[in-house]
Amino acid sequence: MMNIQFGRRHALGLAGGVALGGLASPLVARAQAAPLKIGLVALATGPAATLGTHLRDGFQLGMRHLDGKLGGRAAEVILIDDELRPDAAVTKVRAALERDKVDFVVGVVFSNILAAIMRPVTDNQTFLISTNAGPSPFAGRGCNPFFFATSYVNDQNHAVMGKAAQDAGYGRVMLLAPNYQAGRDSVAGFKSEYKGTVVDEMFTPLTQMDFSAELARIAAARPDAIFTFMPGGLGVNLVRQYRQAGLANIPFLSAFTVDEASLPAQGDAAIGFQTGTSWTPTLPNERNARFVRDFEGQYSYVPASYAAHAYDASMLLDSAIRKTGGNLADKGAMRTAIKAADFQSVRGNFAFGANHFPVQDFWLAKVVKRDDGKFQTEHVRKVYDNVTDPFAAQCRMPAA
Amino acid sequence: MSLTLLLVQGLNGLQLGILLFLIAAGLTLVFGVMDFINLAHGVQYMVGAYLAAYFAAQTGSFWAALALALPAALVVGLVLEFLVFRHLYDRDHMAQVLATFGVILILNDGVKLLFGSAPLQVPMPAALTGGVPIMDGLLYPHYRIAIIAGGLATAALLWWLVERTKVGMLIRAGATNAPMVAALGIDIRRLFMVVFGFGAMLAGFAGVMAAPILSVEPGMGDNLLILAFVVIVIGGIGSVRGAFLAALLVGLVETLGRSMMPDLMRLVLDPSAARQVGAALASMLIYIAMAAILAFRPAGLFPVRAA
Repeated sequence: MMNIQFGRRHALGLAGGVALGGLASPLVARAQAAPLKIGLVALATGPAATLGTHLRDGFQLGMRHLDGKLGGRAAEVILIDDELRPDAAVTKVRAALERDKVDFVVGVVFSNILAAIMRPVTDNQTFLISTNAGPSPFAGRGCNPFFFATSYVNDQNHAVMGKAAQDAGYGRVMLLAPNYQAGRDSVAGFKSEYKGTVVDEMFTPLTQMDFSAELARIAAARPDAIFTFMPGGLGVNLVRQYRQAGLANIPFLSAFTVDEASLPAQGDAAIGFQTGTSWTPTLPNERNARFVRDFEGQYSYVPASYAAHAYDASMLLDSAIRKTGGNLADKGAMRTAIKAADFQSVRGNFAFGANHFPVQDFWLAKVVKRDDGKFQTEHVRKVYDNVTDPFAAQCRMPAA
Repeated sequence: MSLTLLLVQGLNGLQLGILLFLIAAGLTLVFGVMDFINLAHGVQYMVGAYLAAYFAAQTGSFWAALALALPAALVVGLVLEFLVFRHLYDRDHMAQVLATFGVILILNDGVKLLFGSAPLQVPMPAALTGGVPIMDGLLYPHYRIAIIAGGLATAALLWWLVERTKVGMLIRAGATNAPMVAALGIDIRRLFMVVFGFGAMLAGFAGVMAAPILSVEPGMGDNLLILAFVVIVIGGIGSVRGAFLAALLVGLVETLGRSMMPDLMRLVLDPSAARQVGAALASMLIYIAMAAILAFRPAGLFPVRAA
């Protein structure tokens, strides 16, 4: 059945080619001039849509800086809202691949969405570039020749804080995370680098809004520091309640809990709280300064790492398409060009490892209030220098 | 676990219970008096919080925001009643559930359209920013004490309204037998409108009070709505007194369960399993409590409707 269909389509294509033979050369010329298309998967629905907004604006700023061109070729961005629903994401991404014929799929905030669209995109021999989600299976055994990530492996930010807590000499740490897979991974990631005493681990329901019961337990246990992973609204509630309960003298270490996406709602309560990250708006390099300045000028809010990693993805594509002379058909050449990562990252150091995940620095950062009253994270010290993620060793990159 | 910690957790449970009561009181009146299932009650709580955020940003004062948000929440409730709910009183429960669920979707997306999807911040009133040290190293914020006081005052006011005024008498009569009240020449539609508007304002009040300690974001009322339904079912549908006691019970069970379950589980399981099983069990606890209570008192603790 499959064969017959393929055969028919082929035959039709052949017939069309013969019939239009005389017109072939103008058609080819037009195809050259047609803009290449990027499918940008950016969440725009639900409470977490802010993260998708950061991602979208980061990529769009890159396109502005590149005058709407990637590698010298005009490029069109097709926005795809994954709705944080894997089924919706697959349907829309398939439509983008088959109807719009997108040349690259870029973006994705959440790991479950990335997992859902991974096969549909890469089976289609289309390059998929994640600018945020980095589930460890895709960095290890599930690494893929058509998949790259400009972000990190999810577990890394937690491990960074484990190492930071270890380096800071905290002997007793209390852990707090939501009771679901990513929460348990976070605790495991922290403990992989932290060698001190874990006083207690507290797991809360994902829907919990009031943390007073947990805060009382922290006060009773008096740890040297706490480590937590509370994304989105959870983090807003926890941070403000932690401050209100007068616990802020116990260092607050976190991952994905205080960042520029959540800080507008956390405000003063988050000042001094620490986080592990691959990027902050304050990283001292020229690229980054220009990115942050123009981003704020364009969109009037402080970018988070979701925006920075997406901006890097636009620069990465630009460099790769330039390297191949605009030729998208030779997938092998394109892969080599992407892997070279021949662009200036806003993070400074940036290269791809064998598993197509970044080899980069990780920072301990803390929340500060700027003179203009806005909040941002500020790098404190480098925790890892040019580090490869721990899953890369498990990757046997298949030949495409 | 020390006695102090237990007392602190009891206080935390009390405060959650009070917040739940503010939401459940309106819900139980609307459900009990009008026999109307209003799933949109949770978004009315959210609307209250957003109104507080909006007015606080405009005026710069929490108290002004409170004073402005309450009538605004009332107006939103009355407009919803006029546009949607009024046309559903005579329909069956399924139609009410569908229509009010639609209102949830519309309002959740509506606030996102107006305010964006990022959580908003409502500053705490300056006079209440401090806290009382209740145990070594832990402050109990003044604002949370204010929530408890405000909730108790509201409960007292409701008790007076329902038990001691003519409108309250009609409400109680309506909860017991609405057709009979109508037959006696009372304009039941107007009574419904008053009850509905008042219920919406109570939910809005809960939203305003919660705004400075919880993040204001789309969908913030959806989880509380489920808890509020648990409360009114345990308390007996239509009973404000039942809602009050059930809200405190649910608040205490939820908070104490969350803080003690993992420790209890540790007696029988190894620590890492105990943490996860304990956390999972703690989130089931109120539903187990509800099932247990309904097994013995099928109409709730304080049944109103004559069987």
